[in-house]
Amino acid sequence: MMKINNIILETSIKVLLFIIVLYSVYIFTAGHYYPGGGFIGGLMTAGALVLLLITYDIKTVAKILPFNYRILTAIGLLFAIGTSAGSILFNVPFLTHAFTHVDVPILGELSLHTATLFDLGVYFVVVGVTMTIIQTIGEDE
Amino acid sequence: MNVSVIVDFLIGFLILAGALLCLIAAFGVIRLPDVYTRNHAASKAATLGVMFILLGTFIYFYAFEGHFNSRLILGIVFLFMTSPISGHLINRAAYNSGVKLWDKSVRDDLKKYNSNLMDKSSAD
Repeated sequence: MMKINNIILETSIKVLLFIIVLYSVYIFTAGHYYPGGGFIGGLMTAGALVLLLITYDIKTVAKILPFNYRILTAIGLLFAIGTSAGSILFNVPFLTHAFTHVDVPILGELSLHTATLFDLGVYFVVVGVTMTIIQTIGEDE
Repeated sequence: MNVSVIVDFLIGFLILAGALLCLIAAFGVIRLPDVYTRNHAASKAATLGVMFILLGTFIYFYAFEGHFNSRLILGIVFLFMTSPISGHLINRAAYNSGVKLWDKSVRDDLKKYNSNLMDKSSAD
């Protein structure tokens, strides 16, 4: 059996991947004011990585993105626990969040919220768990 | 006839034409004889139909709400790039798994190419 040349898919993925990842980051950052947030942002990033896995094989993707997704899951859980437990240091109940308005030179006024860090933890956990499931099933022979 | 009426007609035309194209694609999928012609109908007509509907939606929100929804533009670009590729991949998967062409098809260049490739590899 000759190797099937999949050049149309491989070329288009190189452009489409950036659109999907950009959109997932947009969904993640807009989560406080619009529909979106860590969960579907993470799922969409994982979807982009799955598209890469469909196009290339599992070893190539591991070479392009040398992540251990189990560690990514653990880092995400640490983010969630850390931002929740950080409130104890300020003598307020667990999971109390704080926000402030900051003037950044180029970007203008930003409202920074610690719930975003919690959401970043959710994002990491979702990407990590999805990719772990899919890679584990994919490597099984 | 002022601008608002023209925009109204444009939005109505885009939405209805898109819906009609999607309907034509559905008829094509039902009526055409084999996988390849069906896929030809579905991937072309439905792509243009959905792009028309998205463009009509974009113009509606821009004209009446003053809201520039860049996600719809991104959706149009994304659909324009992905839908023909998925049609191509489905067709190629069908051909490689040996789905027969319609009886009245007269040309199959890929078969000739594949058999040439087989002869060359067996001669080596």
